[in-house]
Amino acid sequence: MADSAILLQAQPRRWPPWLKLPVLVGIGIILFWLVVCFTIDLWPIDDPIDMVARRLQPPSAEHWFGTDALGRDVLSRTLHGARFSLMMSCAVIVFAVLIGSGIGAIAGYVGGIVDGAFMRLVDITLSFPPILLAMAVTASLGPGLQNAAVAMIIVWWPVYARLMRGQVLSVKSREHVEAATAAGAGHTRTLVKHILPLSWSPILINATMDFGQVVLLTASLSFIGLGASPPTPEWGSMISEGAIHFYQWWICAGPGIAILSVVLGFNFLGDGLRDLLDPRSK
Amino acid sequence: MTAPLLQVDDLTITIGALDVVRDVSLALDDGKTLGLVGESGCGKSITMLAIMGLLAEHVRVSGSIKLRGEELVGRTQGALTRLRGKRMAMIFQDPMTSLNPVMTVGEQVGEAIAIHQPDLKREARHARALDLLRLVAIPFPDRRLLQYPHELSGGMRQRVMIAIAMANDPELLIADEPTTALDVTVQAQIIELLQRLQVERRMGLLLISHDLGVVGDIADEVAIMYAGRICERGTVDAVFDRPHHPYTHGLLASLPQIDRTLEKLVAIPGALPSLAARPPACRFHPRCFAAQDICRHEEPQLRPVPSGAVTACHFAETAVASTGAKVRA
Repeated sequence: MADSAILLQAQPRRWPPWLKLPVLVGIGIILFWLVVCFTIDLWPIDDPIDMVARRLQPPSAEHWFGTDALGRDVLSRTLHGARFSLMMSCAVIVFAVLIGSGIGAIAGYVGGIVDGAFMRLVDITLSFPPILLAMAVTASLGPGLQNAAVAMIIVWWPVYARLMRGQVLSVKSREHVEAATAAGAGHTRTLVKHILPLSWSPILINATMDFGQVVLLTASLSFIGLGASPPTPEWGSMISEGAIHFYQWWICAGPGIAILSVVLGFNFLGDGLRDLLDPRSK
Repeated sequence: MTAPLLQVDDLTITIGALDVVRDVSLALDDGKTLGLVGESGCGKSITMLAIMGLLAEHVRVSGSIKLRGEELVGRTQGALTRLRGKRMAMIFQDPMTSLNPVMTVGEQVGEAIAIHQPDLKREARHARALDLLRLVAIPFPDRRLLQYPHELSGGMRQRVMIAIAMANDPELLIADEPTTALDVTVQAQIIELLQRLQVERRMGLLLISHDLGVVGDIADEVAIMYAGRICERGTVDAVFDRPHHPYTHGLLASLPQIDRTLEKLVAIPGALPSLAARPPACRFHPRCFAAQDICRHEEPQLRPVPSGAVTACHFAETAVASTGAKVRA
């Protein structure tokens, strides 16, 4: 009795080994942008759309990141842009994961012709270069942030469908699933309670890593004029506007640094999550 | 006279062009234990999966499997799902992989109860789960309910599997080599537990094993399988004391005995033929010491022999007797 009591006590807490410096930096960056996202209206900075100053000012004490071709504060526009970029990426990832893993789970579990049909659809979608497909879809739906989001969901769901299908296939053949069936569990219960809880961790890792990619693709679409339309302070369109002013580097620097930091942050976090959730894949 | 608990007649299982199991007949009554013995790959486990209705769709099952007179072959999966875990339950070979690693013991035992008694209240279910863990003699059951499978030892996990199988008081319990993955001392405890439950609940126990000692200890009847067919079936006393099939004889003779000095272990020559290369006629003839021409051309049928068992051998009466050996596990 005494022995088992000792064994059952909680171990003293140690610093989690997956929480390394890059992961902390990643979490820091993401937290910063989240705070910006939710509190930007309260910050004592210029309005992102008002033309507050003389145009094409280099960085100064008054305008830290300078001003753009229309005299708008680049810092303010960059910070406001976080809302568009992050919200949009978040929506894209959430829907792509839900649709993709739902379809993948069903395909993997049911198998046969259902599996074949869904997976061929996945193959076809994945055979297009992502940016090309996203451009084609956005162009056919008409430019705009919302349509760009739809396009990116169409581009991204097959990745998760394929990942989830593989996971479900491998978990499905484990013995505890057969044991659950032998205990009288039906299909829904088997899938939801005995397969999915063991399948989601690579999805989460991938989604975190992809977040940065979606931010990049959003910016790319906006850069070529298929995403946000002016005067929306979106990072891609800001870079696009700044690109013609070659010597006024600061116009692109603000949104560029923002994109870089977000992509880096999510990659760092994704790496950490992989160490935490999937210790075998080193 | 009620129908026997389990009656399997001429069960044949084919995958593609290969017959994995052919013409297997078994019967099991309440409160009895039937041992199904054979080498790895002889078709024991697939027979049992067929009884539970757990085979994949491309596997063809013909013949008849009756649970208390109800035909199970050809039933829809939905109908089988309602039977599984309620009237017939199963224990798997490897307790390390048979439990869901992300659910606590309590959740899993509770789930087995909830599947067939969905109206049961949360507290009642918890109490029942606690009772089940006590039934299978798990110490500190209230604490175990909150633990995950990785926190338990192999023996404990197998007890949890048994508790799950017992959740709805099944009439038929199928145990597929329940002790193979366990330590020897734990094996004895699990076998003892199974035997106790079987007697207390008057269940029919179908014990699949390649451990002749275990089968000899707790089974009432035994069926010996070789390469997908039953070669000898009868009471444990008849089959083990007076084996009439050369394969049974070989199995028993290959057991080392603690009270006898052996120069070396007696093995049956050759190996179990692969599924695709099963010999014609008597499937055992390439390894049999008594094989004659007829064994290569004509398949022996099960027929009664003097011990009271049934044996599928052309030379049942003479082959084993001629060796002059007396064996008992």
